[in-house]
Amino acid sequence: MANLAKLSLSEEEELMYTDQLAAILDHARDIMALDTDDLSPTAHPLELRNVFRPDVEAASLSRDEVLSQAPASEDGRFLVPRILGEAP
Amino acid sequence: MADDAVSSGGADGVLPGWEIVVGLEVHCELKTRTKLFCGCANSFGQEPNTSICPVCLGLPGSLPVINKQAVELAIRIGLSLNCTVDKSIFHRKNYFYPDMPKDYQVSQYEKAINENGFLELPLSKKVVRIERAHIEEDTGKSMHVGGDGGRIHGAVHSLVDYNRAGIPLVEIVSAPDLRSAEEAREYVTELRSILVASAASDGKMEEGSLRVDANVSVRRLGVEEFGTRCEIKNLNSLRSLVRAIGYEARRQVALIESGEKVVQQTRHWNEDQGVTTAMRSKEEAYDYRYFPEPDLVPLEPSAEWVTEIRSHIGLLPASRRERLTSLFNGVSSGPVYDQIVTAVGLGLDDLVAGAVAKGAEPRLALARATNEVASDLGNLEMLTVDNFTEAIRMESEGKLSATQAKTVLGKMLESGANAREVAKSLGFEAMDSTVIEGLVDQVIRSSPKEWERFSSGEDQLAGFFVGQVMKLSKGKADGKIVTSILRSRRS
Amino acid sequence: MGALIGLGASAIAEMVSSKEISALEVTQEHLALIESHDKNLNSFLQITADAAISAAKEVDAKIARGEDPGPLAGVPIALKDNLVTRGLATTCASQILKGWKPPYSATVVEKVSAAGGVALGKTNLDEFAMGSSTENSSFGPTKNPYDLKRVPGGSSGGSAAAVAAKFAPLALGSDTGGSIRQPAALCGIVGVKPTYGTVSRYGLIAFASSLDQIGPFARSVKDAAMLLQVIAGHDPKDSTSLERPFPDLISNLDKGVQGLRVGIIDELIDGAAPMVGDALMASADSLGDQGAKVEHVSVPAVTYGLSAYYLIAPAEASSNLARYDGVRYGLRVEGQDMNETYVSTRTKGFGAEVKRRIMLGTFALSSGYYDAYYAKAQKVRTMIIDSFQNAYDRFDVLLSPTAPTTAFELGAKAADPLSMYLSDVCTIPTNLAGHPAMSIPYGLGENQMPIGIQVLAPALGEVNMFRVARAIENAAPTITKGLFWN
Ligand SMILES: [Mg+2]
Ligand SMILES: [Zn+2]
Repeated sequence: MANLAKLSLSEEEELMYTDQLAAILDHARDIMALDTDDLSPTAHPLELRNVFRPDVEAASLSRDEVLSQAPASEDGRFLVPRILGEAP
Repeated sequence: MADDAVSSGGADGVLPGWEIVVGLEVHCELKTRTKLFCGCANSFGQEPNTSICPVCLGLPGSLPVINKQAVELAIRIGLSLNCTVDKSIFHRKNYFYPDMPKDYQVSQYEKAINENGFLELPLSKKVVRIERAHIEEDTGKSMHVGGDGGRIHGAVHSLVDYNRAGIPLVEIVSAPDLRSAEEAREYVTELRSILVASAASDGKMEEGSLRVDANVSVRRLGVEEFGTRCEIKNLNSLRSLVRAIGYEARRQVALIESGEKVVQQTRHWNEDQGVTTAMRSKEEAYDYRYFPEPDLVPLEPSAEWVTEIRSHIGLLPASRRERLTSLFNGVSSGPVYDQIVTAVGLGLDDLVAGAVAKGAEPRLALARATNEVASDLGNLEMLTVDNFTEAIRMESEGKLSATQAKTVLGKMLESGANAREVAKSLGFEAMDSTVIEGLVDQVIRSSPKEWERFSSGEDQLAGFFVGQVMKLSKGKADGKIVTSILRSRRS
Repeated sequence: MGALIGLGASAIAEMVSSKEISALEVTQEHLALIESHDKNLNSFLQITADAAISAAKEVDAKIARGEDPGPLAGVPIALKDNLVTRGLATTCASQILKGWKPPYSATVVEKVSAAGGVALGKTNLDEFAMGSSTENSSFGPTKNPYDLKRVPGGSSGGSAAAVAAKFAPLALGSDTGGSIRQPAALCGIVGVKPTYGTVSRYGLIAFASSLDQIGPFARSVKDAAMLLQVIAGHDPKDSTSLERPFPDLISNLDKGVQGLRVGIIDELIDGAAPMVGDALMASADSLGDQGAKVEHVSVPAVTYGLSAYYLIAPAEASSNLARYDGVRYGLRVEGQDMNETYVSTRTKGFGAEVKRRIMLGTFALSSGYYDAYYAKAQKVRTMIIDSFQNAYDRFDVLLSPTAPTTAFELGAKAADPLSMYLSDVCTIPTNLAGHPAMSIPYGLGENQMPIGIQVLAPALGEVNMFRVARAIENAAPTITKGLFWN
């Protein structure tokens, strides 16, 4: 999990989180026992459909302003350390 | 495995005893004014990081709103590919990568807007099933610095430009119905024509508005079960597509024949070396943790809207081909049909049909369009249907020789001038037939032996005499007239 | 203490508009109070005094020019620091966003400023709004203004404490599982979570997108209504924003509760401390006295809210918080390569609770567990909505405690996340349903700490909810205890 979430945990933390997550998931056993076969999932509390934006251009941000917030940049681009693999 | 083992496996796509199975995922960029979820311009070749905003940069607190035109164009694609257009939702595909501003991609996963369509290949007449054509956002682009030729491996660091992030894409996923690299090429060619004809995309592979991933597997002829497949990424041209599929199929066959197994993995096509290399294997595959995108609401295009969108779709390639074949007694195979497919594929069918309607000779118009005009497509707008018709007429009436007609068309495409003016400026006056007769007699006199052979029935020598006359006339004589004079002299 | 401290928002707006007082003096008095006392409370992460003073001057200038200064003319307001403010550091109380100056402002921030409100600064919160005590802030905890040894609740603890301490008459918070209502209850003020889709989320740094809603804090029901009226309404930048016009709350506020049907949710009394239960029954009786029909009602599915919430909210959060990766803004802890940089940045930049929820959410979404956990929780969400619907077929509004207890002591629940999560048991079900709910103070418990009563309503039921809240407010015992600074 930590790997997928790009976090590194000390051994101590790992033990603590494992215990705590187990407790939380244990508490969630109350819903595991429920019969929900006839229910459809609610991803969202709203019944909205087809919310659109017209294809009209809006102002973009100033590059200098955006890059001033970046940890590192070069030649108008965000600079990142070497990437070890292609995008998936 | 040694590379020679792979390359000695046979010619592209032809592996005796084996069958290639290919399914394609084509990412097509939609021709909208703005991005999928924000108002930043969707345009090519801007200064880096100048078409970005809080939304496409994934700044904290920003939220996406769907571009209606992107949905309309996606539906056009679906309808053009005979898909069912239905309700759909967006999911988040979660993975970390620096060109992904939010570290998730918004895409349609469980339910695509277009599903279960098909596309018929014009030459092989094969029907390829389309599983889905879904909407998703593009990522930014990284530039790799300090490595070998800008490649990611060995780079010291990378520079990211988010102008492309959030550009609307439709990903068109075919069933594994293709059986050769050539069929794959035909599929992509036809798909591109459809995308261009429906005005959903400009279909420019070289600018990245069409990108292809190929799922390739092999199986022994007669075996029904599919082999283990590999997905090849980074196919940016038809040439790469054909080469990569050929290479990959040979690699897989060589593996199996040497007793090894094909491992399911994603492979990267290296254009320079002509090989595919493993990006990662299935075991280390990502867990994308797809879940419904809570910042967007479902799409539910109404029947009326879909009908309206359908009415915006122009004439599609299949109908365009029909329009041309009807000019040639409904021809459905052979060289003329091939030329029709080419003409439609290159968007020259309006020109041919227009010229024929104005009285141009159909065969000649088709031939000149798919050869001379096709070789200078960049200047197509310089050529009006009227001027093209005139050039074809002058040639069929013998006022221009074939060679002259080709030259004239070439100049017309460059200058936009009409055929008569160009012919005149080049000194291409039709050569009088009495002058040609004189030239023919001159050649007969200077080649008595050849003439004797020709006279005694060696027909293939006609070419020799035509060639000689052409040389003397500096290409101004019409070959057809020369041939008929030769025949009359022989008898 | 300045003479204008303790005035409500409506009083200030009226007096400023009629030039009885200036927006500038109101602002200066509140800034001075914060200056002298917030070091003990730690409710603000950043005081934007310069911006506040120029905003106040602008309001005064507008009035001098005879222009309409807006309904919040000169009213000081505190903003939770998960609301994006252009050019002003926005941290979410996290090290990972330290120093980030956004290039844009949240829609609510723009609306408040257009209405004449004067933002005083950014308030403390549990990091990324994950918590119920504001102890998870990476900039130190906020204290309860009635007892500095106790928590103010959370995650909007800074906003709640600031309003309770009279540092500002109004504040904005965000509520994902109770983060406005629970701290309002613990600090003895009014806090509202509107119907999902009522207030634009554009510029609210996401915790759990399908649950998050921005809402007001105030010391009176009327002031809360006034602020909600300003921030509600359609925003084309938020796809989940409702298009319907928001009803006029103020003109309906004093219509009384005659004939309204009020249900007390049995399941939510059970776990509450006796003094909280007693306060709830007293508030219910007062509604009965004012003409409402009060009955008990069972809403069985609410008991599953907590379990569903602690799968859904972390799942969405694990994805929402992926973008804090050290590439575009905020903290970067440089590693040998990109992957190492991701890991070191996020490991250093996120606090323990945020990591816990990211891990939990990553797990709930991972292949092989998705159906058993995330998909299951979404079905339970449907069950909760149905269960509420049954109750709302018979009742106009529902009542419950806002929190099972009054404010607990700092550190009391720090080691046991589950016990902390349980303090949101009464508030979570409405977030899952997307319904509105609010907390109204109802006197003090035997420990001399404030108690909050929760009024719940069906989607878009804000008008009745506010009428009932106003009736409870009218009957509530006044809080006699002094604040930490007086
Ligand atoms: Mg895709
Ligand atoms: Zn943008």
